[in-house]
Amino acid sequence: MASEQMNGANIMLKALVDQGVTDIFGYPGGAVLPLYDAMFNHNSIRHILVRQEGGAVHAAEGYARSTGKVGVVVVTSGPGATNAVTGLTDAMMDSIPLVCITGQVPTHLIGNDAFQECDTTGITRPCTKHNYLVKDVNDLARVMHEAFYVARSGRPGPVLIDLPKDVAMALGDYVGPKAVKPKHYAPQVKAEPTKIDQAVKMIAAAKRPLIYAGGGVINSGPQASKLLRQFAKLTGFPCTLTLMGLGAYPASDKQFVGMLGMHGTYEANMAMHDCDLMIAVGSRFDDRITGRLDAFSPGSKKIHIDIDPSSINKNVQVDLGIVGDVKVVLQDILKVYKAKKVKSDAKAMKAWWHEINSWRKTDCLSFDKSSKTTIKPQYAIERLYELTKKHKKVMITTEVGQHQMWAAQHFHFDQPNHWMTSGGLGTMGYGLPAAMGAQIAHPDALCIDIAGEASILMNIQEMATIAQYRLPVKVFILNNQYMGMVRQWQELLHGGRYSESYMDSLPDFVKLAEAFGAVGMRATKLSQLDGVIQDMIDCDKSVIADICVDQMENVYPMIPSGAAHNEMLMGPADKAEKPVSEEGMVLV
Amino acid sequence: MSANPETENRHTISVVVDNEPGVLARVIGLFSGRGYNIESLTVAEVNLDENLSRITVVTSGTPMIIEQIKAQLTRLVPVHKVADLTLDGPHVERELALIKVNGKGNARVEALRIADIFRARAVDSTNNSFVFEIVGNTGKIDAFIDLMKPLGLVDVSRTGVVAIARGRSAL
Ligand SMILES: Cc1ncc(C[n+]2csc(CCOP(=O)(O)OP(=O)(O)O)c2C)c(N)n1
Ligand SMILES: [Mg+2]
Repeated sequence: MASEQMNGANIMLKALVDQGVTDIFGYPGGAVLPLYDAMFNHNSIRHILVRQEGGAVHAAEGYARSTGKVGVVVVTSGPGATNAVTGLTDAMMDSIPLVCITGQVPTHLIGNDAFQECDTTGITRPCTKHNYLVKDVNDLARVMHEAFYVARSGRPGPVLIDLPKDVAMALGDYVGPKAVKPKHYAPQVKAEPTKIDQAVKMIAAAKRPLIYAGGGVINSGPQASKLLRQFAKLTGFPCTLTLMGLGAYPASDKQFVGMLGMHGTYEANMAMHDCDLMIAVGSRFDDRITGRLDAFSPGSKKIHIDIDPSSINKNVQVDLGIVGDVKVVLQDILKVYKAKKVKSDAKAMKAWWHEINSWRKTDCLSFDKSSKTTIKPQYAIERLYELTKKHKKVMITTEVGQHQMWAAQHFHFDQPNHWMTSGGLGTMGYGLPAAMGAQIAHPDALCIDIAGEASILMNIQEMATIAQYRLPVKVFILNNQYMGMVRQWQELLHGGRYSESYMDSLPDFVKLAEAFGAVGMRATKLSQLDGVIQDMIDCDKSVIADICVDQMENVYPMIPSGAAHNEMLMGPADKAEKPVSEEGMVLV
Repeated sequence: MSANPETENRHTISVVVDNEPGVLARVIGLFSGRGYNIESLTVAEVNLDENLSRITVVTSGTPMIIEQIKAQLTRLVPVHKVADLTLDGPHVERELALIKVNGKGNARVEALRIADIFRARAVDSTNNSFVFEIVGNTGKIDAFIDLMKPLGLVDVSRTGVVAIARGRSAL
C-alpha cells in the first residue's frame, strides 16, 4: 500500500484516530500550534480545553480509569510540560495508561535554552513508563502506535511523546497501527503451568486463607473482577481490597472483609496478620498496606500474582511469585482447581470464619452518632452512599486527606472502574479533574468528587472547564476547615501543634460555585444534610455542595506508621496507650 | 541462593538494549533513583544490524536487591535481555586501563619491571614518563595501580568491566 504524505501534526492526529481515540484533554501553546491547527474542526476527535495542564492529565486519568481505555493529553513545551509532571507521576504510581503529547522547540534550537524550552524527556524519564523525542517525522507514526501499545500493555502507565515544532510541520509518511511490528517489549501474560499447580496445592492446604487484591485486578479488565469473585465463591475464602482495588470485589458480598492497610478495617488487618495463606492478586505490598515490615503477616505462606516481575519480592519476600496477567492466571488456577476437584478444608474454614466474624463484631468503622446537630463526616458519606444508590451509574473520585479515607470506608463499590482516587502519589487536586474526565467518558453517570476544602482549591480552575462543556460534575466537600489529615498526624505525632494546618480565609464555596456558573449548596446542620444531598443529585447542573462537618474528627481505625497490623488504634481513646515509635516518626 | 539474606554480594550484570538516545540515562537514572550501587558501568554498540548496545553493570546488594535490580532493568522498554553473569555460571571479566607514571632513574626501571610481570605494555614514553596499557580483571588492575603509586603514578583511566559468559552459550 502506498504511504500517504502529510505533515507531522496530521500524522499524529491520524494515529490518534486509528488508535480509536475520541477525546483528548489539552491546552495550547506555541510549540503545539501545528497540532491545534490540524485539530481545528476535526470531525471525530473532541478536544477538551482544560484550565491548567495538571488538570488535563488528571482528567485523562479519570477518563482512563472509568473506561479502561488509554487517556490522551496534549500540552505545549516548557511550562506546559512541567505542569503535566505531577499528573504523569500520579499515573505512573497508580499504573494508569496515558499517552501525553508535548510540544517542543524546533530541533535546531533544542539545547539552546530557547523560549519555553525544557528537557521534557529528561524531566519525565523517571515519571513515565517510557518516553520519546521524535526528531524525524518519518518515525512519528510508528512512535505513536508504539506509545499506545506500551501504555496499555503489561503494567499500564503513562507514555510521553515530545514533538519538536519543525517535525510537526515537516512532511512525512503515515503508517497504520497494523504496519508497525510489535516492539520486542512483550510482558508475560501467561504463567508457567508448574506455578499454577503449585498455587493450587497451596490453596488446597490452606486453613486460614485470605485474598488480598489490588488495582491490578481492575487494570486487568472487568473479566478479572468476575474471575476473582468466582475464585472466592468456589473456595469460600475471605477477600480484602486495597484502596486502589475497591470495586474489584463486591463490597456487598459477605466474604468481603473491607479495605485493609493504614485505615483499613480491623477484621481485614487482623486477617492479614493471622492468615496462613495470603493470595496477593494485582497488589504490591505498599507501605500503606504492610505497616511494620518485620511484623507483617508473620505466619503466612504468600502467593503473589502480578504482571510486573519487579513487584514480586520488592518489599515482602513471597513463597510463590507468579508473573502474569491477573485474569489469565486466575483463569488457569480455576481450571486446575476444578479439574483436580479440590475442596477447601471445611472445618478449618468454619473456624477461620468464626474468628473473622468475631473481629467484625468490633464494628471498627462505627462513629459517634450522638449529636443531633453536628454533621459527622463519616455520616455524610454514609448518606451520600445511601441516597445515590438508586442512580444507575455512580462514579466517585476523591481528593486526598481524611475525606478520601472516609469515602473509601463508607462508600461501597460492587463494580470495578467506579472509584478513582490518587493512591500511590496521594495528589491533592486529583479529584475534580478526574471526575471531569470520568464525566466526559460517561455523560449519563452521576460523577461526584468527594473533596476536602483544602484539596479542592488545588485545581479549582477546572470548574471553568466543567462549565464550558456543561458537565454535571458534583463536588461534595467535607469542609472541616483543616487540612484534616495533616492535623490528625500533628495530633498523633507532634503534640497537637497544628502548624499551618488550619485553613484560614476559605472562599465562600456557594458563591464560588455561582461564579463558575455552577450551583452552590451548603449544609451546616445535620437536619440539612439529606436535603442538600438530594438537591445535589437532582440538579442537572454542576454543583458544589459545602458540607460543614465536625472539624476535629479523625480517621479510625489507624495503623500508626511503624506499627504492625495487630497494633491498630481503634479510636481517640487508644492513642495515649500506644505512643508512636521513633522509627515510626520518620515514616511518611 | 543459600546466602544470608543480609549479605551484600557483587554481581556483574549484562543488559542488551536498543541503541537509542536516552537509554543510558534510563539505566543510570534507575540506579540513582532507587538507590542502587553502581561500581562500574560500560556501554557500547555490539550489534550494528539490529542497533543493539550492551551495558555491563557491576553492582552490589543483598539477594533481594539484586533480584529487584534485574526486574527493574527488565521493565525498561528498550531493554531486550538482562543476564546475571555472576549467578549464571563461569564468566570472564576484563578491564582495560591506561596508567601514567612519571619517574626517573631506579623508579623508572622498577616500573618497567613490574609492568612486565603484569603484562602491561608501555604505549607512550618520554624521558621521564610512561603510559602503560594493562588488561585484566579488576583485582589485577587494582594491584598494578597500587604498585605504581610509590613509583610516580600520576593519572589513571579505566574502561570499567566488560564481561561475557564462558562456553558456547550467547546472550
Ligand atoms: C499536592 C499535595 N500537597 C500536600 C499534600 C499533603 N497532604 C495530605 S492530606 C493534606 C490535607 C488535605 O486537606 P483537605 O483537602 O481539607 O482534606 P481533609 O484531610 O481535611 O479531609 C495534605 C496537605 C498532598 N497529599 N498533596
Ligand atoms: Mg479539610
